[in-house]
Amino acid sequence: MKEDPIIASGAHFMSGNEACAEGALAAGCRFFAGYPITPSTEIAEHLAERLPEIGGIFIQMEDEMAALNAVLGATWGGFKGMTATSGPGFSLMMENIGLAVMTETPCVIVDVQRGGPSTGLATKVAQGDMMQAKWGSHGSYEIIALSPSSPQEFFWQTIKAFNLAEEFRTPVIILADEVVGHMSEKVIFPSPDRLVIKNRKLSRLTPAEYHPFQVNGNGIPEMVKAGDGYRIHVTGSTHDYRGYPFMTAEAQANLIPRLVNKIRDRKDELIDAEEKDCEGSEVVVCAYGITARTSYYAIEKARESGIRVGQLKLNVVWPFPEKVIKKWASQVKAIIVPELNMGQMVLEVERSAGGKCKVVSVPHPGGDIHRPEEILEAIKKSIK
Amino acid sequence: MTEEVLTQVHPLEPALRTERLPHIWCVGCGLGVALGAFASTILENKFDLDKLAVISGIGCTGRMAGYLKVDSFHTTHGRAIPFATGLHLAKPEMKVVVFSGDGDIFGIGGNHFIHAARRNLNITVICVNNFIYGMTGGQVAPTTPLGANTTTTALGNYEYSFNIPLLAAAAGATYVARWTVLDIIKLRKSIQEALNKKGFSLIEIISPCPTLYGRLNRMAAGVEMMKFLKEHSVFKKDAKLEDAAITDGNQIITGKFLDLEKPTYLEMYESSVGAKIKQMKYEKMLAEEESCQEC
Repeated sequence: MKEDPIIASGAHFMSGNEACAEGALAAGCRFFAGYPITPSTEIAEHLAERLPEIGGIFIQMEDEMAALNAVLGATWGGFKGMTATSGPGFSLMMENIGLAVMTETPCVIVDVQRGGPSTGLATKVAQGDMMQAKWGSHGSYEIIALSPSSPQEFFWQTIKAFNLAEEFRTPVIILADEVVGHMSEKVIFPSPDRLVIKNRKLSRLTPAEYHPFQVNGNGIPEMVKAGDGYRIHVTGSTHDYRGYPFMTAEAQANLIPRLVNKIRDRKDELIDAEEKDCEGSEVVVCAYGITARTSYYAIEKARESGIRVGQLKLNVVWPFPEKVIKKWASQVKAIIVPELNMGQMVLEVERSAGGKCKVVSVPHPGGDIHRPEEILEAIKKSIK
Repeated sequence: MTEEVLTQVHPLEPALRTERLPHIWCVGCGLGVALGAFASTILENKFDLDKLAVISGIGCTGRMAGYLKVDSFHTTHGRAIPFATGLHLAKPEMKVVVFSGDGDIFGIGGNHFIHAARRNLNITVICVNNFIYGMTGGQVAPTTPLGANTTTTALGNYEYSFNIPLLAAAAGATYVARWTVLDIIKLRKSIQEALNKKGFSLIEIISPCPTLYGRLNRMAAGVEMMKFLKEHSVFKKDAKLEDAAITDGNQIITGKFLDLEKPTYLEMYESSVGAKIKQMKYEKMLAEEESCQEC
C-alpha cells in the first residue's frame, strides 16, 4: 500500500504531545501559531519541524493572545489552524476564544493542563482548567471540549477536534494534562483510508448572493475565504446576517441563541461517555483524562473485594453528558468523581444526578496523580 | 415610456459599504478624512479590491474596517496586528492593512506592533492618532501630549507619550511616515507608497477629536482643532526620527521618516528554511533513486 506522505501509518512510540501534533497534521492542520509554555511546548516544537516540510506554516508569536489571533486570521485565509498552551497561556487566550465563538471561526486550542492558579506548578500535572474552558471568556456561549487519557487518544481526539470545529464553525478545546502530554506509549497511526476528515462548508453562492452569517437549516452559516472576491465583513461585535455590527437587543436576540443552540441542540450526538461495567453496578467512577486511567486500578481492586463498580469515562467533557449521569444516578448507590482539582466537574455530576444517588468528590490539588488507594477508599466508604 | 432617473454616484462608492452610511463618527472628527484618503487612494491606483484586506481593532478607528468594501475584519482590542499576521501568512498574495487607533495599536496592542515590525511582515499599519481614547469618552492615551487634559488626567497629563515613528523604526519597520488629516495630498501619496512597499510600513495620521480631546483642551469646535493642527504641524522633507516626539503637542513634525529595503519575513523564511527543505527533499529523492538502482 502507498505510504501516506503526511503521517506514517503503523505503530510508533511517542509522547502524547507528539501524537497530538501528528493528529493535527492528519486532520489537515497546516497552520500553527504558538508561544512556548510548559508542558505543551513539544507540540509547537514538533510542528515547527513538520509543518514547513509539507507546505504548512509555523509561527512563534509574542504571546498567547497573538497566537490565537494569528490562527483566526489564517483560518479566514482558508487554513485549518491550531494553537497549544497550558494554564497561564490558556488564561490569556480567553479573550479571543470569545472572538472565535462570535465570528464562528473554526480552530483547535490544546490546553495541556498543569498546576495553578497563576504560575503554579509549571511542570506538573493538574486538571484545573475544566470550568475555565466552559466559562472562561465573557458572555453566554457554548463550547466543545474533549479530554484524552492516553497518547493514542490524544491523536484521535485532535482529529476529532478539527472535524467538530469545521462542522460546527466553533473553537474546539482539547483539555489534555501534563501526564498525558508527556507520557510516551505506543501510538498507532491508521492508514489514510481509515481517516474521516471533515472540512468547513464553503459557499457556492456568488458574492452578490452571499451573506457571511446567513444561516440555513442547521444554524451554521457557510464560510468563504478572504481574497475570493466576497469582500466580507466579520466582527466580534453583535452583528446581523451580513456581518454588520448592530447594537440592539434584537440583534443580540437573533445571534446569541443561535450560537448557543447550534451546539446545545446537537448535544446528544456530541457527547461521548464510555460506559464500562456500569450495568448492574452499585458504584460508578466518573473520570476523564489521566484520572480515568488512575481509576482503573482502584476499580479493579474494588471488584476483587466484591464491590460491583463500573466506570464512566468522559471523552467529551463539554457539552456535559447530563442524560448519561442521570440514567446511572437512578441505578447506583454512588458516583465517585476523582479529578486533579478541588472539585469542578463533580458539580456537573451533582447537578445531573439531581439527588438520585450519592455523589462523592475525590479532589486533588495537582502536582501528581491520585494514589489509586484514595479512589478505592472513596468507593468503599460510599457503599457503607 | 419610463422616466429616466438620474442619480449621482459618489466617486468613492466602489470602495465603501454605502449601506452602512452615515458613519458613527462625530462632526469635526478626522476619521472620515482618513477613510476618504484611503478609499480614494486604492481606487485611483486601481488596487485589486478583491485582494485587499483591512483589519481593525476596537475604538473609533476600529470601525474603519466596517465601512470599507473589501474583506474586512473587526477584531478584539489591540489584536488587529496578530490577526493580520495570520491572514498575511495564509494569503501572502493579498495586501493586508491594519487600520486602527493609537490606543488600540500602541496601548493595548503595543507589543504586537513592535513584534510585527521586528519580523518585517509585508503588511501596512495605518494608525490614526487623536491623542485620546475616544470611544470610551476621552481618557489618557499613550499618545496624549504632556499637560493635556483628559477625563483621567483632570489636572493635566504628566505621562510621557510615545514617539511613534521612532518606535516603529527602532522595532524594524521599513517605511515610516506621519501626516495630519490636513495633509491630504501627501497622505494619499504616502498610502500608495506604503501599500506598494515590500515590508512593514507604518503611517501615523494625526486626527482631530473635537468632541473629547478638543472639548477638554479648549478646542471644542472641529475648526479650532483643524486650526491647531495647521498651526502646530511642521512638514520636514528630511524629517528626523528623534524630532518626531509630540512632547507637549505644540510641535508636530510631519513627513516621511524612513523608507528602506530589507528582506521581509517571508523572504527570510524562503531563503533559509525554504532553501533547506528543498535541499533535504532533493537529497531524499537522490537517496531513493539510488536504493532503487540497488534493488
